[in-house]
Amino acid sequence: MAKSNYEMRKRTPDSSRVGAEDTSATGVLDEEASELPAAGQRSEQVKEAIKNRFADLDRETLIDIYHQMVLVRRFEEKAAEIYSAGKIGGFCHLYIGQEAVAIGSISAIRKDDYVLTSYREHAHAIAKGMSPESVMAELYGKATGCSKGKGGSMHMFDKEVNFLGGHAIVGGQIPLATGVAFASKYKGTDQVTLCYFGEAAVNQGAFHESLNMAQLWKLPCIYICENNQYGMGTSLARAMSSHDISQKAYAYDIASEFVDGMDVLAVREATLRAVERARKEYLPTLLEVRTYRFMGHSMSDPGNYRTRAEIERHQERDPLKLFSASLKEEGILSDSEFQKIEADVKEQVEKSVRFAEESPFPDPKELHTDVYATPIVTGKS
Amino acid sequence: MALVTMREALNQALREEMLRDKDVFLMGEEVGEYQGAYKVTKGLLEELGPKRVIDTPITELGFAGLGVGAAMAGLRPIVEFMTFNFSILATDQIINSAAKMLYMSGGQYKIPIVFRGPGGSAFQVSSQHSQALESWFAYFPGLKVIMPSTPGDAKGLLKSAIRDDDPVIFIEQERMYGQKGEVSDDPEFTIPLGVADIKREGTDATIVARSLMVPIALKAAEILQKQGLSCEVIDPRTIRPLDIGTIIESVKKTNRVVVAEESHPFCGVAAEISSEINERAFDYLDAPVKRVSGADVPMPYAKNLEDLAIPNVDQIVAAVREVAYL
Repeated sequence: MAKSNYEMRKRTPDSSRVGAEDTSATGVLDEEASELPAAGQRSEQVKEAIKNRFADLDRETLIDIYHQMVLVRRFEEKAAEIYSAGKIGGFCHLYIGQEAVAIGSISAIRKDDYVLTSYREHAHAIAKGMSPESVMAELYGKATGCSKGKGGSMHMFDKEVNFLGGHAIVGGQIPLATGVAFASKYKGTDQVTLCYFGEAAVNQGAFHESLNMAQLWKLPCIYICENNQYGMGTSLARAMSSHDISQKAYAYDIASEFVDGMDVLAVREATLRAVERARKEYLPTLLEVRTYRFMGHSMSDPGNYRTRAEIERHQERDPLKLFSASLKEEGILSDSEFQKIEADVKEQVEKSVRFAEESPFPDPKELHTDVYATPIVTGKS
Repeated sequence: MALVTMREALNQALREEMLRDKDVFLMGEEVGEYQGAYKVTKGLLEELGPKRVIDTPITELGFAGLGVGAAMAGLRPIVEFMTFNFSILATDQIINSAAKMLYMSGGQYKIPIVFRGPGGSAFQVSSQHSQALESWFAYFPGLKVIMPSTPGDAKGLLKSAIRDDDPVIFIEQERMYGQKGEVSDDPEFTIPLGVADIKREGTDATIVARSLMVPIALKAAEILQKQGLSCEVIDPRTIRPLDIGTIIESVKKTNRVVVAEESHPFCGVAAEISSEINERAFDYLDAPVKRVSGADVPMPYAKNLEDLAIPNVDQIVAAVREVAYL
């Protein structure tokens, strides 16, 4: 990786976006920019950036990243279908459009590093190494689900791969992740914590309280704001007095970076820089990753707060399309290899559905288990 | 055994448990350099160092959540609220994170954390700094709630709370820090959670009291003894899990009950205890269960009004006489 161009900078109010253009291979998305470069319209400069980036990565890693992106896309499409068939209950928040964020960033960490995120977490769970079967079974509310059917779509956990949830109060996971990072430092390990949240969570006190402590105590936590530009149906413009989220790190003296969230390798590289700081120096970072959710907030979203045209405009920069175009241009994958990945993923997703369908619902006795870790005994025995 | 204050007993429990287990750390506002707003943590920073005794910014939601996250990653935090009044800011993390994590993760993430600090009525600090919050926390499955009434209980229960694998709310009565009592100096001395203590044995009426109400109930029992009524005073010590068995046993013997508490009556712990008694021992009752609760108003500042808002000896005496039809 050509590190010299990508040094993490301390932001000042004037420079919060400086560097984002350098690190994006697709052009930086901005609400003011109406003409966005689509996959087929890349400048020579962007093409050069992609070439350099690919040169730093082995073929296996690139294919693995692409495979993961296709897997979580198809998984979510299937989840939507099953939800509509009434087999998934409650809320179901899909990740379609944002895949580059979870896949790119989690590809930059180790298996023993920690991940915490919000309720839009199926992709993060799979990217962290949870099986699509255990995630799908959890959506079905089955005993074989990753949380034994007690958490559902919004509360997925897997201690084996250090995936610490799945939290459904906006911003609630931010102090928790800060505490996980605190524990790594306390124990003297070099594990880092990735903490994901949407841009709407930035308005919560939990965000500000956490960033303050993280820099004050030098905690190895990487705060990844997935700015998909809407908190449910309320646009960023209607909810935040200052739209520049990466700049908010300035208030806490935290290093930050603005990242094109439609470019999976840009996300990966920004995360790698943050991970290095966290591992070596116990320092936190705030990444504002600009992305876009192609589906509604949840499956019950009326979608009346944005236009079809706006969604289509962003779909021009579909992270899967952009990455597959690059893989093709660089000769990494042939048409038949693309088809094979699609076929493999289809089988993986179908297998997860079969597993979920065939699994039993939790035993009624499970209602009362897992409330306390220490058995409750009262009175003198 | 030694005669020490509640403050000193709690300090001993903290020190002993932190020396015993390096995964235990203490954080909160003014717990370190200031030596504790109520001096409960006096000397701990010097003895255990800044890695284990951490002064926090005034950021209750943040450090409560940080504690829960640290517990998820294998540590055993003790989070001090300077007073439980400020825990209200942290309730999202206490309730939505700490209490529910084990359950919604299908048993994967236990949260061994103690949230402790002074609570209940304080001295003339009006409404926001003087209130009983135990019924809030006791409502939630997943939490344990402890309220000691003596230095000995405080030490033994706090040590158990720190060793417990579940989130524990440990409320120390702000007015009782200076109260003295006999305390064991055995570092392995603990008191199990969920076991009530009979503070005074009696045959004619049962008074269930916790925290500040225990010494007041004992004074009432002395007065009533002189009037020919023998009262049994039971301190549940742990509000959740509640040792209802010990209370029911006493009710079956005395057939009359008064439940005294500082908190507001509506949806309070006394209402729960009363309901349990009605469900389990109705046929043994010779009179309806009587509650003596704090006034159903925010705590006033003026001394005379404040005195009226907190249950006193006379009210408990009158209540016992009422259930005894005297």
